[in-house]
Parts: sequence; structure tokens; C-alpha cells
Amino acid sequence: MSTVTLEEIYEDFEDLSDWEARCDYLIDLGFELPDFPVEEKTEENRVHGCQSMVWLTAELNKEQQPPVMAIQADSDAMIVKGLIGVILAIYSNRPPEEVIKTDVEEIFAKLGLTRHLSPARRNGLFGMVKRIRQLAIEQLSEES
Amino acid sequence: MAPTMATEWNINQVRSDFPILSQKLENGQQVVFLDSAASAQKPTIVLDKEREVYSQYYANAYRGVYEFGAKVDEELETSRETVREFLNANSTNEIVFTSGTTMSLNVVAQAWGRKFLKEGDEVLLNEMEHHANIVPWQMIAQETGAKLRYLPLTEDGQLDLGRLPEFLNERTKVLSVTAMSNMLGTINPLEVLSKAAKTVGAKFVVDAAQYVPHGPIDVQALDIDFLAFSGHKIFGSTGVGILYGRENLLEEMPPLLGGGHMISEVHLDHSTWAGLPAKFEAGTIPIAQAISLGKAINYVNDLGWENLQRHEQELSAYAWEQLQTVPGIKIYGPGLKERGAIFSFTMEGAHPEDIAQLLNRKGVFVRHGHHCTMPLHNVLNITASVRASFAMYNTREEVDALIAALHFTRERLRLNR
Ligand SMILES: Cc1ncc(COP(=O)(O)O)c(C=O)c1O
Repeated sequence: MSTVTLEEIYEDFEDLSDWEARCDYLIDLGFELPDFPVEEKTEENRVHGCQSMVWLTAELNKEQQPPVMAIQADSDAMIVKGLIGVILAIYSNRPPEEVIKTDVEEIFAKLGLTRHLSPARRNGLFGMVKRIRQLAIEQLSEES
Repeated sequence: MAPTMATEWNINQVRSDFPILSQKLENGQQVVFLDSAASAQKPTIVLDKEREVYSQYYANAYRGVYEFGAKVDEELETSRETVREFLNANSTNEIVFTSGTTMSLNVVAQAWGRKFLKEGDEVLLNEMEHHANIVPWQMIAQETGAKLRYLPLTEDGQLDLGRLPEFLNERTKVLSVTAMSNMLGTINPLEVLSKAAKTVGAKFVVDAAQYVPHGPIDVQALDIDFLAFSGHKIFGSTGVGILYGRENLLEEMPPLLGGGHMISEVHLDHSTWAGLPAKFEAGTIPIAQAISLGKAINYVNDLGWENLQRHEQELSAYAWEQLQTVPGIKIYGPGLKERGAIFSFTMEGAHPEDIAQLLNRKGVFVRHGHHCTMPLHNVLNITASVRASFAMYNTREEVDALIAALHFTRERLRLNR
């Protein structure tokens, strides 16, 4: 699991003066992403809407109380991997209720991601968000 | 118009004709624009011409007898004549203003194809075509029952001419080909292809979108039946393009779109068509853009095509040599002799999207993706590539900037470790 938290990303971003430095930071974040199992790189796990390849899996970790979302993702592009790092910091190890309630647009805006990413990239990012939210909703409806 | 032959290529003069090229980014970086294959920048003479039209005599075309209308008509015909001369067409009746290459190719496929293609006929394309020269043919093939065939490429990205006899026969009704590949840079042998098409009685269609900023094409010498290009790639405005069609072919084709000045008489139950080229110019054409297209062509004519080609060849050779020095780089397409100044490549260990984004950080603007050639990318077994495309206004220093930015990319993506 990626160890960096959203609070840490906020703090680090604050120290980085410009978008270039933040972009470098994202690339470095991408390098720290935990390995994604090759056998999970299936069509089923692909997130569409990205120009680069993105694979994502999410399931409920019931060993935790309350159960939390266990998310893994990977991409063939480094900058996207960095963005996955951010996504994991936002959503990983959170209970499904919290995942659904999170205002991700606000977080992206605060990090300057909305302004600095191309529409295609942004769509890709929201493609991941959509998939995670969907999986969280499925988890909740299975429970009830 | 006789091209005035400048004896030397004054690159600084050329660059100063393009205001956008002296742009600096917010951080003071000079812009290095290497995406002219997608769309070229515009010289002042084109920008001024559009402003002149709108500020001095703008009116709709081919409608008003009043002064502005007459002036617009006259300017349009001057531009049409410039295009005729550029292509060495027989008559301005053969020069149709369209919205661009894509529209022009759709007119050929839809208007000519619907009337003349039938079940069992074949259309010969090849694996390097832009989607604009594939999809319209697919659409009409589906409607008419004609069959599409694709000439394969050689290992180094040229048409496999040796296999032409397998693909060309008496059922071939159309051979449509790009004059220059927008991904591989390959310049195709139009003369050979034209002759081959004519031996089986096929129409010879040329997608000249990518080629025209690098050289003129003589439609008579090459016995071309239809040719398409876009204004925006030859330093003109967006929204305007050309369909050249041999006069007798345009005559026997029905119009594709109805309305505007493409009519002769309209009755409640039927209509008759205007003469050429009006028959194919339904609705209001892009007036100022069509007028300024003539200025764009004048501009390159005046610089001298020989000079332009010499400059581009030198630049190409330099870019080719320098790119090879970057570790892990693979350039697609043929060697220097068979290509123009387009370099599509991949770099081992780096995603094209990362490369394009990191080059952008150094002010180097390149394209990444499939470049509207998905079948070609499938053949090459890649999903995307990076494309650096050069135009006559690019410099050796800009090649250096590209190379430096690629090294920076490698560094950032930890590829040197
Ligand atoms: C070879 C080729 N054909 C057709 C087109 C389509 O041109 P347009 O978008 O101007 O219609 C392009 C432009 O990318 C091209 O490079």
C-alpha cells in the first residue's frame, strides 16, 4: 500500500512553488506505487477514458473494522501512475460510505489538478474515480 | 504567378513572418513548435488578408451585385486561380472550395462512389492511410457492396509496390493514396501508382493534406483524378480546403450537399444543378479563409519551393542524425531519401504521453497518440507514438531543443539509471 496520505500530499504541494515541481513530485509518487499483479491487467480491470492504459481493482478488506476499500491500480504512463498515487491517498483504506461521500472535485481543485490537466487526462482521472465509487456502491448494496 | 526565386533561405526572415513563433511562454521559454503536421502556423500575410476581408469588403459570396459582394467574388476567384496554378489544373472549374481534406475525400467517396461503385468493385487503399482516407471508403463500401483492399507496407514503412499486382486488377475502381504519410513521413511514388491505377482503368485519388506544405503537385503530369488538401496545413486558415476533380468526372457526379448557390433552378418537386465548381459548393463557403488560402500559397511560391525543400532536407537530415543519438529511441518509417520532415518515434521505457508532457515542460510542442492512423499503429504493433513534425520555419536550434528535452525526459523518468 502506498504510505503517503492526502494530508502529506497537501503539505508537500504547499512546499512546491510551481506546477513543474509538482509534476516532478507526481512522477516520483508514481515510482513509489506498489506493484500491481500482472495477472490482474485484464480487459475487465481496465479503466477507459484514459489515453494511456489504466488498470484498477477494488475490493472490501473485511479484516478491518469497519471494512475498508482495498484499491490497487497501475498505468503504463508515469505521470498517470503519479495521479494514481493521489487517488490511492484519497480512497484507499476508507470505508465505502466515506468513499461515496468524498468530494473529489474539491480535492483535485485544491491540488491544482483541475487547472493543469488536459480534458482528456481529467476524464481519465474521473474514470478512475467513477470506477472506485461504483465498486464502493456495489459493496454497500451487497452488505445490505 | 512566377515564383520569385530568393537565392538564399533567410530563416530569420521567414520566422519573422510568423508572429506566433516569437512567442514566449509564461516562464520566458521560447516556444518550439514541432506539430505542423497537425496544423501549421500562419504568416502575417494570411492574417492580414482575413482582417482585410472582414474590415474592408466582407459580404456573402456569389450573391450580391453590390460592391462588397462583387469584390468578395473577385477575391475568391483570384484565390481559386492561385490554387489552380499551384496544382496545374486545367481549369478553375476543377477547383472546389470545401471545408478541408476530410470533406473533400467524403465528397469523392459519397458523390462519385455512390454513383459508380457497385457490388464486386474494389477500392485499393493501404495500411498507412489517415482515417480520413479510410472511413469514407468504408462507409460507401458498406452501402454499395464494394470491397476495400489494403496494400501492405514494407518493413521500413513504404508501400510494398512489389505486391501491387496481387491487389490491383480489373475490379479495382479506385486507388486512393496519401502523397505523404502523416505518421511515417513516407513520400509515396505518385507517378508509379498513377500509372498502375490507369493500367486497370481505376480512378487515381490523392490525399495531399500532408504533402502540400512541402511541395507542389502537378495533377496533369501525374494524371490525378481527384486530389484533396486542407488550407490549415499549408499555412492558411482552418475551415477551408480544396477538392480538385477532373472536370469530366465532376460533371458526371451528382452533388453531395444541396442548397445555396449549387442550384440552377429549384422547383417544388425537383431542382437542377449549377455548373462547376458551384455544384459542389453548397451553402456559404468559408469566405475569408478561402480568400486567404490564395495568400498562403502565394507566400510559399514567393519564398521558392526549391529553397524550401533544400532547407527542409537539411533540417531533416540533421534531425534524423540527432534523434538516433538518443538512447532507446525507435523512429518509424523509411530512411531519409524516402521521407519528409516527420519523425514519429517511441522511446523504450517511456510512454508517449509522458514524453509529450515532459517535452512540453521544455517548451517543445509535439504530438502523441495514434495520429488518426490506428490501422498503421496496429501494423507497427504499438498503441501510440510521439511525433515531431517540422515545417519550413523550423531551425537546427529547434532540433537541438528537442534532443535536449528528450534527454531531460529520460532523466526525469529515471531511464538513465
Ligand atoms: C494525410 C492526412 N489526410 C487527411 C487529413 C485530414 O485533414 P483535415 O482534418 O484538415 O480534414 C490529415 C490531417 O491530419 C492528414 O495528415
